Amino acid sequence: MLWLSYIMQQKYYSVPKDENEGGLVLFCCSHQATCVQYRLVVRDVSTLQILQLYTCLDQVSHMEWSSDSLFILCAMYNRGLVQVWSLEQPDWHCKIDEGSIGLVSSRWSPDGRHILNTTEFHLRVTVWSLCTKAVSYIKHPKACQKAVDFSRDGRYLALAERRDCKDYVCVFVCDDWHLLRHFETETQDLAGLEWSPNGCVLAVWDSCLEYKVLLYSLDGRLLSTYSAYEWSLGVKSVSWSPSSQFLAIGSYDEKVRILNHITWKKIAQFEHPAILDSTKATVYKEVEKRPAVGSDEMSLHSITIGTTLFNTQSKYEISPLPVQIPVVKPDPDRANPKIGISALAFSSDSRYLATKNDNMATAVWVWDMQKMSLQAVLEQTSAVRCFQWDPLRPRLALCTGNAKLYLWSPGGCVSVQVPAEGGFQVQSLNWHCSGDSVILLGKEQLCLCYMDTDQEDK
Amino acid sequence: MGPLIFRHLSLSSFGLPPVWTAGGGSELNIVAVLNCMYDLIQLHRRGLRTLENMEVEQLKSNSNVDFLQLSTTRLKEQLEISKRENTGLLERERQLQLKVKSLQNCLKNEKEEVQKLQNVIASRASQYNHEMKRKEREFNKLKERLNQLLVDKKEKKQAIDVLNNIGRADGKRSLWKTEKTEAKHEGEMYKTLLSDYDTRQRELQLENAELRKVLQQMKKDMVSILSSRKQAAKDVLPTLLNFIQAASEEEDEVFDSSKDSVELYCVHAREKLTNSIRLQWRRLKSHVERLDSQAQTSESKTADAVPRETHEEEMDRLKLEIQQCKDFIQAQQQLLQQQLSSPCDEETASLLSDCYMLQEKERLGDEWKTLEEQRKIFERERRNFTEAAIRLSHERKAFEEERATWLKHQFLNLSPFSDSKKPSLSKSKSAFLICECLFLFPSLSEPPSCVPLTSPSTADLYRTLCLIPEDRYGLDLNF
Repeated sequence: MLWLSYIMQQKYYSVPKDENEGGLVLFCCSHQATCVQYRLVVRDVSTLQILQLYTCLDQVSHMEWSSDSLFILCAMYNRGLVQVWSLEQPDWHCKIDEGSIGLVSSRWSPDGRHILNTTEFHLRVTVWSLCTKAVSYIKHPKACQKAVDFSRDGRYLALAERRDCKDYVCVFVCDDWHLLRHFETETQDLAGLEWSPNGCVLAVWDSCLEYKVLLYSLDGRLLSTYSAYEWSLGVKSVSWSPSSQFLAIGSYDEKVRILNHITWKKIAQFEHPAILDSTKATVYKEVEKRPAVGSDEMSLHSITIGTTLFNTQSKYEISPLPVQIPVVKPDPDRANPKIGISALAFSSDSRYLATKNDNMATAVWVWDMQKMSLQAVLEQTSAVRCFQWDPLRPRLALCTGNAKLYLWSPGGCVSVQVPAEGGFQVQSLNWHCSGDSVILLGKEQLCLCYMDTDQEDK
Repeated sequence: MGPLIFRHLSLSSFGLPPVWTAGGGSELNIVAVLNCMYDLIQLHRRGLRTLENMEVEQLKSNSNVDFLQLSTTRLKEQLEISKRENTGLLERERQLQLKVKSLQNCLKNEKEEVQKLQNVIASRASQYNHEMKRKEREFNKLKERLNQLLVDKKEKKQAIDVLNNIGRADGKRSLWKTEKTEAKHEGEMYKTLLSDYDTRQRELQLENAELRKVLQQMKKDMVSILSSRKQAAKDVLPTLLNFIQAASEEEDEVFDSSKDSVELYCVHAREKLTNSIRLQWRRLKSHVERLDSQAQTSESKTADAVPRETHEEEMDRLKLEIQQCKDFIQAQQQLLQQQLSSPCDEETASLLSDCYMLQEKERLGDEWKTLEEQRKIFERERRNFTEAAIRLSHERKAFEEERATWLKHQFLNLSPFSDSKKPSLSKSKSAFLICECLFLFPSLSEPPSCVPLTSPSTADLYRTLCLIPEDRYGLDLNF
C-alpha cells in the first residue's frame, strides 16, 4: 500500500530540451538541483529548501551530479564550456573550455574527478582531470546511440571506436585511463554497448539493419554471438538484469528475447500480440471517471483549484479476456518506424521486466522472470511517456503526460492524481535512490511525490 | 395297279396332271409321264437349287454371326479399355488438381514472402536513406566548420581553469603510468574475471548437487515402488525379482558413491547415475503400461462401461450421503445456535434446562424403580432366608438337645428290653437317622421340621448352612 503523504510543488522555467533529457532537474540522494537558464539552484531533497545558488556563463544544456554528490557539472554546448561547482565550497569554481573544437556531450567519470567531453563531430573524447589538470585524448570515438559505458563498479570504461570503416571497442581502466584492451567487433555498424552489472561481460549490438548481439568478456574474448533473424529490422533496445543473469533484447519484430548468462542462448521469447486471449496475466485498464457536470461541485473554489474541472479522476479496472490493445500502424516509408520494443527495464530484484511496444504505445507489459510469462498489462488512456522501477522494491511508476502518476506492484496498481494547479503534465519521472520518493517533471513544473513507508509486512 | 395308283396320287400331290386316268386302261400317257417326269426333274432341280441357296444363306448367316460375335467381343474389349483409360484419366485429373492447389498455395506463400521481403527492402532502404541524409548533413556541417576555422584567424585553444586542485575521491595519490601499474591492471582484470567465474561455478555446483539429490531420491522412490508392486502382481514376480536384484545392485553402487558425493564429478559416475535413472524410469514405465493393459483386459471382460457406471453411482451415493450429513450438521448447528441465543424466561428455562436429559431421566427412573423392586424382593428373600436360617439353627439346636437327651436316654436305657417309648421313638428314630446321616453321611436330607420354603433354593440354603462352620457339637460339618 502506498500513501501520498506529502506533496510539494515548485515552479521553474526551463529551456526547451530535446526529448532525451528529462528536463534540467536532477536528484542525488541528498540534494536536488534545478537549473533555470543559467541559474543553478540546489535544494535539500526532503524539504526543498534552497541551499546554494550558482550562476553559469551561458544557457546550460546539460547538468550532472558527480558520483559522490559533491560536485555538479554544467555543460553549455553552444559555447563549448563546462563549469563545475562544488557543494562544500561554494567559492570553488572550475571552467573547462573546449575551444574551437566544440562540445557535443559531457559527462562525469565514476570517480567524480574526471570529466569526459566529446567534441563536435565526435572528433575525439577529451578526459580532463580535476585533480591534476591533466588531459587525455581518446581518438575516433563512434557517434552512435550508446558509445560510452562505465562499468557499475566504476573501474572500467568501454568506448566504441570507428576506424577505417571498422568497429572497435576500447576498454580503459578508469584509475589512470590506461588502455586495457582494444579489439575489433564483428558488427557492421555498432549501435551500442553495455556492461553487465557484475562488470565481467560487455554486450555489444549492431544497428537496426542487422540483428546481431555480441558478448565479450572483460579481457576482450568473444563469448557468444546471437542473431535471431536476418534482413528485417533488428535490435531496438537492450537491458541487463541487475543480477547479470539475463540479457533482454527488444527488437523491431515486437518481441523480447531473453538470453541466459551461462550458455548465452535464448531461454525465453516474449511476444506482444494485439489480442490477448489465453493468458494468466491481469490486464488493468485505466478508466476515466467523468466529473459530474452541473453538480454542486462546480463552485468557484473547485474551479480555481482546477482538480475537478481539468483533471478527470481515473481508476484501474481489470479487463476480462479477450482483450484488444489499440495498435497504431507505423508509417512504412519512414526510417526508425514506431514499432518494436523501445523500452525495457528490469526491477531491482530481477524478478520483473517491464516492456513497451512502440505501436501499442498506451500499454506497458510486465513479465514475471521466475515463471517466464506475462504477469500484467497496464493499458492507459494515452501514450506512456516514461516508466521506471523503484530502486529497492518491485514497484513500477509510469506517466502518460497527464496529471497523474501510475504505480504498479504485484499487489495491484493505482492511479494517483497529482494535486497541482493548472495543467500540470507529467512528462517524465525519476525515483529517489532510497525508493521513498519520486520526482515528477512537467514542462514548467516539477513535483516531488513522497511514498509512505508501509508499516506492516506484506 | 397299286404302284400306279400310288404314283397317281403322288403326282397330284405335286400338282402335276395325272398321267393315268381311271378309264384309260393300263396305257400310260407317255407324254404326260414324260411331262411329269420333266416337271418332277424341274421340281427336283428347283428344290436342289433352293437347298443350295439356303445352304449358302445359312453359311452366310453363320459367318455373319461369327463376324458379329467377334466384333462384339472386340467392342467389349475396347469398351473395357476405354473405361480403364477413363478412370486413369480421372485419376490423373484429380492428381493434377491437387498439384494445382498445392502450387497455388506455394504461389501464395511465395507471394507473401516476396511481399515481406519487399517490405524489408523498403524499410532498409528508408533506413539507409535516413542515414545517408544524416551523414550528408553532418558532412555539410563539417565543411562549414572547416571553412569557418580556415577563415577564423583566432584559434581558441582548449584550456582548463581550476581554482585549486581537488583531491582524489579515494584520497590516495595518483600513480605514474608504468609497466608495473599496467601489469597490476591486467592482474586486477583477470582477478575480477576469475572471481566471477568462481562464483558462477559455485552456484552451478550447488545447483548440480541439488539436482543430483533429487535424481537419487527419484531413483530410490522408483525402486521402492517397483518392489512394493511385487506383492500385487504375481505373474511378473520373477521379472520383478530381477528388477529388485538389479536395482539393489545398483543401489549399492550408488550408495557407495553417495558417501563421497563430492567425488561424483567424474564423468563416469555422472553417466552411471543418469543411465541408472533412465533404466529405472523405463522399467517403471513398462511396468505401469503392463498393469494398465492388465486392468484393461480385466475390465473388458465385464464391459468397459460398467465399472465406470458403478463408480459413478458410488460417487453419487457418497455425495448424497455427504450432503445429508452436512445438512444434518447444519441443522444441529442451527438448533444449537437457537438454544444458545434464544432468550427464554426462567420457567421455560428451568423446564428446558433438563429437556435433553428428560428421556434419559425417565428411563433412568424406570430402571431405578425396577431395581428398587428387585432390591425389595431380594431383601425379602434375604430376610426370609435369615429367618429360615435362624429357625433352622434354632431347630438344630433343639434337635441337638433332643439328640443329646435321646442319647442320654439310650445310654441310660441300654437294656435288652424293648423300648416302650414309642412316641419318642419316631422322633428319636428320626433323630437317630439324622444323627446317622450326620455322622456317616453328611449328605443332605430334608429335616421334617423345616418350614417348606417357596424358593427353590432351600436345598442350597441347607447346603450353605451346612457349610457354615458350627463346631459347637464337634461335628465336622464342613464337607
